[in-house]
Amino acid sequence: MSGRVLVGVKRVIDYAVKIRVKPDNSSVVTDGVKHSMNPFCEIAVEEAVKMKEKKLIKEVVAVSCGPQQAQETIRTALAMGADRGIHVEVTGKDYETLGPLQISKIMAALAKKEEAQLIILGKQAIDDDCNQTGQMTAALLDWPQGTFASEVSLEGDKIKVVREVDGGLETIKINVPAVITADLRLNTPRYATLPNIMKAKKKKIANMKPADLGVDITSRLEVLRVDEPPQRQAGVKEHKHGARNLAEGTL
Amino acid sequence: MLNDAETKKLYSVQLCSVRGRRSTLIVHTLCCRRSVKGHLVSDMANPFRGQVIKLYRTLLYLGRDYPQGSAYFKERLKFAFMKNKDVTDPDKIQKLVARGNSLIKELEAMCFLRKYEVMKKKYCQTKK
Repeated sequence: MSGRVLVGVKRVIDYAVKIRVKPDNSSVVTDGVKHSMNPFCEIAVEEAVKMKEKKLIKEVVAVSCGPQQAQETIRTALAMGADRGIHVEVTGKDYETLGPLQISKIMAALAKKEEAQLIILGKQAIDDDCNQTGQMTAALLDWPQGTFASEVSLEGDKIKVVREVDGGLETIKINVPAVITADLRLNTPRYATLPNIMKAKKKKIANMKPADLGVDITSRLEVLRVDEPPQRQAGVKEHKHGARNLAEGTL
Repeated sequence: MLNDAETKKLYSVQLCSVRGRRSTLIVHTLCCRRSVKGHLVSDMANPFRGQVIKLYRTLLYLGRDYPQGSAYFKERLKFAFMKNKDVTDPDKIQKLVARGNSLIKELEAMCFLRKYEVMKKKYCQTKK
């Protein structure tokens, strides 16, 4: 299989930042907060780049949807080894309501347009924890899916995926083209070093709007309220002797 | 030491909004201070200047993800570099640069491990 791989990358609030909810409980504070690439998306990019280094695929295309700042995330992916980027511009209100359904419609349209053989996504984003985009994309394209992948290998014209499930590990073989979502143990993503970032500036990032792909991004969901998790209740301290007396009493 | 007016002039010379360039700005200021102090080291004569600047830029970039905070790291980094700014012996400079380069790998590993631990704790339930 020597084809094109689409990798979806998402710009999220950095994992180490303490999240704060806006006073009006409408959403979290994102202005002036450090953003970076979703860790699972980094793992997805790394897997695609590794496949390219093994000469199993020809081209890695990094895709991101969002405002102008999403280009930074695409540049990081390019610095990690992707060949070119596609930035689907979504701004303002549309961006606030952008969710897995809209992203999967965009990815499906791009996969058909770019004639991709494989789509690799992170299993979930650390900001919304949806874990839906990969599955929805596969359904829209009617492609097989290998989700929660902890190991991916190509065997002829099929892909062998070892999935991490609650019961343990499941090994499946799926046809190409397919959608794969990366789990934490798939690989160790490389660091995008400064010289690579400078080189990545020469790589192309195509710009387009969802309307260019014929995708309707109206949301079917409305966020009513965002709250902080409840404060931890103080634990009840047990009296040591009390518990012992209780045990002796029952005997 | 440079007075306020001279410092302002240096800053205005290389003011650029691209993040990578800002570190060049800081280093340029550092190097100029060195020459102003009268060490008779012209920018071109010192062969290690390029290496030192590259090292500083790389460490500054990696320090953004430092677990205990990028401001803390930046302060310590600047202090460490300024502490050795008067070293002129080529062997010593080489050793310091080599130590700095090994620090790059350590930093990458540390930042990655921390991220991995946090992700694992949050997303990978241990089998009971």
